[in-house]
Amino acid sequence: MSNTNKPRRTAQETQAIVERSLKRRYWAERRFRAYGLTAIVAALAFLVYLFFVIFSNGLGAFRQTEIRLDVFYDPEVIDPAGTRHAEDLQSADYQALIRASLKKKFPDVEGRAATRELTRLVSGSAAFALQRRVVADPKLIGTSDTEWVLASDAVDLFEKGHINRSLAEAERPLSDQQLAWVDRLIADGSLGLKFNKTFLTRGDSREPENAGIWGAVAGSFFTLLLTLLLSFPIGVAAAVYLEEFARRNRWTDLIEVNINNLAAVPSIVFGLLGLAVFIGFFGLPRSAPLVGAMVLTLLTLPTIIIASRAALKAVPPSIREAALGMGASKIQMVTHHVLPLAMPGMLTGTIIGMARALGESAPLLMIGMVAFIVDIPKGITDASTVLPVQVFLWSDSPERGFVEKTSGAIIVLLAFLVVMNTTAVILRKRFERRW
Amino acid sequence: MTPATLLLALTLLSVGAFWIGKSRSLALVGGSRGVRNLHSLPSHYGVMTALWCALPALAVIFIWLAFQDSIILHLVTSQLPAGVRDLPANELSLVLNDVRNFVAGNVPADTLSEPVRAAGAEYLRLRGLSRMALTVIVMVMAIGAIIMVRSRITPELRARNRVERVVEWILIGCSTIAVFTTIGIVASVAFEAFRFFQHISPIDFLFGTSWSPQMAIRADQVGSSGSFGAVPLFVGTALISLIAMVIAVPIGLYSAIYLAEYAHPGFRTWAKPLLEILAGVPTVVYGFFAALTIGPALRGWGASLGLDVASESALAAGLVMGIMIIPFVSSLADDMISAVPQSLRDGAYALGATRSETIKQVVLRAALPGIVGGVLLAVSRAIGETMIVVMAAGLAANLTFNPLEAVTTVTVQIVTLLVGDQEFDSPKTLAAFALGLVLFLVTLALNVLALHIVRKYREQYE
Repeated sequence: MSNTNKPRRTAQETQAIVERSLKRRYWAERRFRAYGLTAIVAALAFLVYLFFVIFSNGLGAFRQTEIRLDVFYDPEVIDPAGTRHAEDLQSADYQALIRASLKKKFPDVEGRAATRELTRLVSGSAAFALQRRVVADPKLIGTSDTEWVLASDAVDLFEKGHINRSLAEAERPLSDQQLAWVDRLIADGSLGLKFNKTFLTRGDSREPENAGIWGAVAGSFFTLLLTLLLSFPIGVAAAVYLEEFARRNRWTDLIEVNINNLAAVPSIVFGLLGLAVFIGFFGLPRSAPLVGAMVLTLLTLPTIIIASRAALKAVPPSIREAALGMGASKIQMVTHHVLPLAMPGMLTGTIIGMARALGESAPLLMIGMVAFIVDIPKGITDASTVLPVQVFLWSDSPERGFVEKTSGAIIVLLAFLVVMNTTAVILRKRFERRW
Repeated sequence: MTPATLLLALTLLSVGAFWIGKSRSLALVGGSRGVRNLHSLPSHYGVMTALWCALPALAVIFIWLAFQDSIILHLVTSQLPAGVRDLPANELSLVLNDVRNFVAGNVPADTLSEPVRAAGAEYLRLRGLSRMALTVIVMVMAIGAIIMVRSRITPELRARNRVERVVEWILIGCSTIAVFTTIGIVASVAFEAFRFFQHISPIDFLFGTSWSPQMAIRADQVGSSGSFGAVPLFVGTALISLIAMVIAVPIGLYSAIYLAEYAHPGFRTWAKPLLEILAGVPTVVYGFFAALTIGPALRGWGASLGLDVASESALAAGLVMGIMIIPFVSSLADDMISAVPQSLRDGAYALGATRSETIKQVVLRAALPGIVGGVLLAVSRAIGETMIVVMAAGLAANLTFNPLEAVTTVTVQIVTLLVGDQEFDSPKTLAAFALGLVLFLVTLALNVLALHIVRKYREQYE
């Protein structure tokens, strides 16, 4: 011992030393514990703040400012020749109808410049909405009707309180004159927030008020569906082979090391692979859900294989032995007995993998799913984008109106993720079996 | 037939094959009462017929489709007028792009030059021919296989064993996809990186300190030869990852300690999944959050303190990335702490140590290798993270360690270089693959090291 030449302490002395230090030690204990709790609270506070920011910004995207107009479907404007041909109806100047009804509302507006400023209160797409109504029902021509038409982005921002009235006129998107008109519209109840159908049913657009997420949702749907169809069978088959058939040798060790490593490879590297091999070498179309799904399949396979192997491991060996003892072949044992019992675990792992694939955007940027696409994709080879990439695209847009749309799209994305993860948790809770 | 209808036809044909095989085997033994005379179940004969009908045909379809485009394009190119064919490679690829666009119907025919239109028409003709040939070959193969297998079915045929052997080979094939993915990543990324290093020497790339990947469009252009020194990117990546780890390691570690050692089980069952949500939020959401909220907030605070903070500072990206990584650190550390045997704790308590002293001096020391492994995994995650830095960090390749300035990272540059129009042979595009190779190798090394440490540690107490 190193302290042999020091005088020995008596028991009382030792106890006194310990008691003197106790206060300090208990204090350190409480402090340490408080650090731990603070860390958790801090992490959860970040989470709450993140959701607060997204929801406070994004809930507005589900409502949209509309203006009530008394529209007269003037036969002179729509169809002066009276042919009622669909082509004539389509090419008519519906903007003129909106101009006319706005003028009726504000009879005091005179002159070209003022009229133009007045029509800017209404979105450019309102004319198309009227056009669609007339083409669908030509009997409207010659009648009058009260229509709620889409207001412009600037009016929408004002109505939602994002435009400061006290700013100088040049610094805000609405002029003093326009503000006065908007005030009059509000006063007679002709301006209001309505449920935003455009946002949920239309494709992308350069104007915030016309932009919708349906194109991205459809793109995500096709991509995920194909990812599921590819990755679930392949993942389950790989897991079954590794867990039930393979003998441990160099080759299976190599496969295992590869699976574990691929699970931690950055997702963008999978994008590079997709770009070089699927698009560069095999010449598959860019921006298509087909290629996106193939990349995401490679990305999610490790997750699915690892989860499926865990599910297979949980099936007790006695079941296998019983099946083999009854004369079943190895394949019969797996397909008739082991797989049905392991299926809930495999499905849970697959859903979690799909949720990860749904939120993934970096590899899809590589294979060109970032294009500006207005049309709703109809198949797996149409150019399309996906929800997270749509979020990325909108967050890049300079218009203030897109901040709201971006957050709205994030809310939709999070809603899908919550549904998927809840399903996984319920599945696990419901079918979890202890042997 | 288009490939999709061909696949559908083949599916229908294999369903038919199943019934033909099954009913043939039953017919041979005189209906369902004679089943015991068959070697295998009737459905095995059916599956065998279906597999023999579908598998070779499927293989032919995939091989055919994989090479169809490049062969047709080659034929079309060789028929282009000599003036077009002798163009430099990049201009020729533009012409071929026009042809492809014409074929896909993306551009109206009247905007294209005459040779392109002719080539497009030729392409369409050859593709039609190729599809017809494929349809005929596949149908002949599939129907031929059905007829052949049907004539071979006897009660003694060991159909089950044959089917099971095929199924086992399919399982083996599926399990090797992981290996082929790795090979594919290495081969494709390394191949393109090799082409890049033919233009730029690897030394300049790895140790150069100036990054401006602008290539001259014309050969005689001045001042935009492009420089590909990647050190600023490596430094930027390291800086942002460091900031992220400074946030994530203490918070993650303390959370794990609290959850594993102090927390009431009821609190734990709620807090742990809530923490995991942080890992489940898509990274694009964090990126938006960083760009919308954290970046401007830091800039505002910096201004009030008299500091000049870039609006796309490394600090903002690193902070948000750190939040994202907290659950990775905490759940791995939690596992490691829980794996420390209770006997070690009991020993420390018996010597009079308080709980925090036990944790600091016994539990954490015992769990240290595992925790280090977990942190390494988190570092590799931070280095490879893309969307947060693309949205919240800048594009300016500043060589700086100041967290308040804008820096750029490897992943940001890969995205910037590859998004948008591109040619496959410009050094600008290839540089992305060289960066990808570096990224892959670094993360691979970290992962292998981390997994090795974690596994070694786990075995220690088992």
